[in-house]
Amino acid sequence: MRVVTYAEAVREALRQALADDERVFLLGEDIGVYGGAFGVTDGLLAEFGPERVRDTPISEAAITGCAIGAAVTGMRPVLEIQFMDFMTLAMEQLVLQAAKMRYMFGGTARVPMVLRTPAGSGTGAAAQHSESLEAWFVHVPGLKVVAPSSPADARGLLLASIRDDNPVIFVEHKLLYRTRGEVPEVPAPIPLGTAEVKRAGDDVTVIATSVMVPRALAAAERLAAEGVAVEVVDPRTLRPLDTETLVASARKTGRVVVVYEAVKTLGIGAEIAARIAESEAFYHLHAPIVRLGGQEVPIPYNRRLEAAAVPQEDDIVAAVRQVMAA
Amino acid sequence: MKATSPDLARLVGMLRTMLLIRAFEEKADELFALGRIHGTMHLSLGQEAVAVGVCAALRPDDYILSTHRGHGHCLAKGAEPHLMMAEFLGKETGYCRGRGGSMHIADVRGGNLGANGIVAGGLPIATGVGLSIQMRRTGQVCVAFFGDGAANEGAFHESLNLAAIWTLPVVFVCENNQYAMSMPARRAMRVERVSDRAAAYGMPGLTVDGMDVLAVHEAAASAVERARAGGGPTLLECVTYRYKGHSKSDRQRYRGRDEVEAWRARDPIARLRARLADAGALDEAEADRLAAEAAAVIEDALRFAEAQPEPDPAALLEDVYA
Repeated sequence: MRVVTYAEAVREALRQALADDERVFLLGEDIGVYGGAFGVTDGLLAEFGPERVRDTPISEAAITGCAIGAAVTGMRPVLEIQFMDFMTLAMEQLVLQAAKMRYMFGGTARVPMVLRTPAGSGTGAAAQHSESLEAWFVHVPGLKVVAPSSPADARGLLLASIRDDNPVIFVEHKLLYRTRGEVPEVPAPIPLGTAEVKRAGDDVTVIATSVMVPRALAAAERLAAEGVAVEVVDPRTLRPLDTETLVASARKTGRVVVVYEAVKTLGIGAEIAARIAESEAFYHLHAPIVRLGGQEVPIPYNRRLEAAAVPQEDDIVAAVRQVMAA
Repeated sequence: MKATSPDLARLVGMLRTMLLIRAFEEKADELFALGRIHGTMHLSLGQEAVAVGVCAALRPDDYILSTHRGHGHCLAKGAEPHLMMAEFLGKETGYCRGRGGSMHIADVRGGNLGANGIVAGGLPIATGVGLSIQMRRTGQVCVAFFGDGAANEGAFHESLNLAAIWTLPVVFVCENNQYAMSMPARRAMRVERVSDRAAAYGMPGLTVDGMDVLAVHEAAASAVERARAGGGPTLLECVTYRYKGHSKSDRQRYRGRDEVEAWRARDPIARLRARLADAGALDEAEADRLAAEAAAVIEDALRFAEAQPEPDPAALLEDVYA
């Protein structure tokens, strides 16, 4: 199978959706000639023209509302918010309008839009360009939240997100853009709300999201050499969350580490740990669930401090050893 | 009916709609006082000429985005009073299945994309409706209603700019009713008119007497025509007044009775009745009969609504997702 980068996989999904459905169009800041701040939409302007690959002014609230209004009247917009941090400028439109419109109007409206956004730290961009805010949106009924960790997932999940009739927040991690993986030439959409076991193992479950998935897989490889069989599970969609798959793995191994980049307090891992603790898997646990999340601090600039602010491979290895020792 | 020209017949039609809105809101006010309407509501009594004058310039397939003070917009856009009343009573068969109420009243099929609980919340959405119209090439128009308070929100600036640069078929209608809750517009803006701000976006801006339905209608029709023809957005400010408080909790400490009375003396319904009488199109007795008809429609609507079922709590989670 051919190998592409995560950024290419996102672009391929956009191209496929634009080609398949004339209602689909892209809008966002610098997505045209510039190709997007991370180059994701590179070349799409030339291919599909300025009406369907639409550069916008720096007006996050208006362009988010623009996507909503277009969606509710029959289009299928895909909006890029240049950094997840900037979603703070679009919160009202997303949370109070997009998420609630269908419900408030008794099911008579639908809002089929996707908001793609690069998230996360590790690029030296410091506190205002490194946020991982996905839990904010997971907290809002009416929104769906997707966070792919591989090129194949990015491609299949983005297609499914664009075909979904609800507002979907599609969280891309900046450090994953250049990672490579196998992607079929014409892949099928991956249903939202389905977790995937990325590596099977019987001793301990590591539930990881986004950029933490490759880190967990690398940690699992090292731990295998120590004779520890790690199962790595990626929820892939954070809302709706595939609780069943997560609980099944926890029940099988009896030991759980949850790892995510966002600030530990009330991050997605808090919800995952709670769901496992509430489930029947609780009776099969041999050790307390360990949550590994970001430190309670804004993301700092200095390279060493930045790395120390979020879980790294070594931290995952240490956390697994901790639950294995319990 | 003695209406002698198509224009006068049109004005009589507008009078009917204004009377319907007034009867609806007076009934809603009464039902609230009786404790039969839950929550709060924002009455547009006094502002009927704006909703009616603007919506009369629209096609049935055009869109509006309404505000928290949106009962008049909804009826003027063609909503059925009985389905609205059912919604106000929280009934399953109301426009929003009893999930929205007064503040989120919507008639999506009729082109009303919803009242909005957030000041300026509809303005960004209107740009998307305009863009969708432009991309689908349907020749529709979108009207975004908002108040003087919304003109000081950031979303106002972003949305008017976006609509202007993309030449979107959106008409921004500001109902300047003098107060953003309790804050007088004259203290909240340094410019005299909201429409002065249109120049900053490179779009036409004008201010009309919002208590005069004909003045509103003529200005709206020209802005709608311009938008439909591909000429882009307009900012239309209608100077008007709400007779009642901001919401149901308002003790109206920020204005005096004299001021309210002075505006009531310019009542848009009384003025239209006088105009039609002067033109020999509708005498006093005929106008009274129209008012009685409107009141009867609202009584029917209430009887319908009262007989409707409440939503089932088992259906609480329906329609969160499509």
